[in-house]
Amino acid sequence: MTLPALFFYLFAGLCVASGFMVIAVKNPVHAVLFLILAFFNAAGLFVLLGAEFLAMILIVVYVGAILVLFLFVVMMLDVDFAELKAGFLKFLPVGATIGILFLVELLFVLGAWVTAPAIAPQAPTAQGVSNTAALGRILYTNYVYLFEPAGLILLVAMVGAIVLTLRHREGVKRQSVAAQIARTRQTGMEVVKIESGRGLS
Amino acid sequence: MANLWSSYGLPLALIVAESLALLVTLLIIVAFLLYADRKVWAAVQLRRGPNVVGPWGLLQSFADLLKFVLKEPVIPAGANKGIFLLAPLVTAGLALSAWAVVPLAKNWAVADINVGVLYIFAVSSLQVYGVIMAGWASNSKYAFLAALRSAAQMVSYEVSIGFVIITVLLCAGSLNLNDIVEAQDGRFGLFGWYWLPLFPMFVVFFVSALAETNRPPFDLLEAESELVAGFMVEYSSAPYMLFMLGEYVAAVLMCGLGTVLFLGGWLPPFPVPPFTWIPGVLWFVLKACFLFFLFAMVKAMVPRYRYDQLMRLGWKVFLPLSLTMVVIVAAVLQLWQQGL
Repeated sequence: MTLPALFFYLFAGLCVASGFMVIAVKNPVHAVLFLILAFFNAAGLFVLLGAEFLAMILIVVYVGAILVLFLFVVMMLDVDFAELKAGFLKFLPVGATIGILFLVELLFVLGAWVTAPAIAPQAPTAQGVSNTAALGRILYTNYVYLFEPAGLILLVAMVGAIVLTLRHREGVKRQSVAAQIARTRQTGMEVVKIESGRGLS
Repeated sequence: MANLWSSYGLPLALIVAESLALLVTLLIIVAFLLYADRKVWAAVQLRRGPNVVGPWGLLQSFADLLKFVLKEPVIPAGANKGIFLLAPLVTAGLALSAWAVVPLAKNWAVADINVGVLYIFAVSSLQVYGVIMAGWASNSKYAFLAALRSAAQMVSYEVSIGFVIITVLLCAGSLNLNDIVEAQDGRFGLFGWYWLPLFPMFVVFFVSALAETNRPPFDLLEAESELVAGFMVEYSSAPYMLFMLGEYVAAVLMCGLGTVLFLGGWLPPFPVPPFTWIPGVLWFVLKACFLFFLFAMVKAMVPRYRYDQLMRLGWKVFLPLSLTMVVIVAAVLQLWQQGL
């Protein structure tokens, strides 16, 4: 029992610490990298719970795809550190008020915290069924009418984003792959016999 | 105390020993594959290739290693030092760590986990961070541009690799790499492996693996004529070597994954005596080397793609093709199960 507990505290501690660093570091790129570390440790916690499918999906989807986009956007931003620091005192009262409000709310939540009675550790699924299969069965049988629309909504959002940003501007030179492939020897080059001493005209 | 040793100490020592044995063997094999890559490339171009260090130049990779290690690492003045040095470690470390789940022979994986395929997929999708971090931390516009385009490339081709993996999973019915190989075992030997029934997906996988590991003809990240040397232009000595190592180990990993998914892993080509006497690990290595030979031949023969061609191939050709194949394979399997 000691080893899983040890790893739990390792992952949880690192997760909280890197979560803190996300908001504490000055450089936004460092913040995103710490966010990646936080996700990694969350995935480690999932593995400890026996939910290895969720752990891998967390890494593939969040770290492998979404955070790459975050990193892209953050790297493209031209961050002026002097300007960031200049506004610090001006916004301090507002930020402090919101922070204190959150802190008070969190304290209320913590005050109402009840530790669950100790339950015997149980396997999340029946023996012989991997949690991938179990998840798939639940999602695609019991909740298929909710799961499929969720996918459709994502698709609509994606199409919407493309429609909003896609503009066909006139007068822009583009590669036309179909035209390039359709080139033949006849259309692509011309064999000319030139008399000596006279150029092409 | 004895209990603690037998329950934690012994398995830990065993895992460490297994990992070390795997890594050392892997690195030695990669050193010779690097040499083989250059030799194949040279042979196609009617050159001799490396032939000075050792007999037939066999020790060339080790000489290169010594050279890289002994040179001075230069860190640019404007670079973000921590991330600059972390990036090559991320690349090499991730590439090596993916090998933990690859079954070299029956039950020969260091970690035989339920979601082995997903683990490899996750690790190879993380490879992009080494590139982005290096490009950004170098504080150089060429490195940064190369990092952006190669990150877009790797993310794009992950999508089609994901769909290819899904078709194989549908056929095998498991995410465990051992089970996937076992599912290909049958009376037909060679012809029962998934490369034949899923041939279009095998081709898509092969091309996507080239693009995912930035191998030629998709080596747009180092396109030396446009971007000097891509995201690693500011790197020298040992950090540069780690990038090269990570790249090659990732390429060999894709060969290993292709072997497991499509070429029957450790299974002999014909399930009859003379072939079954050879241990499975040899078959695995042979098949992976065959795939790597194909990688090397492609590198030697095919000219580099243009960037818009690369994106078109990934998004407009492979994505619809692999998506359709997932639907078709699922439908065929469903009909098969109903006994049609």
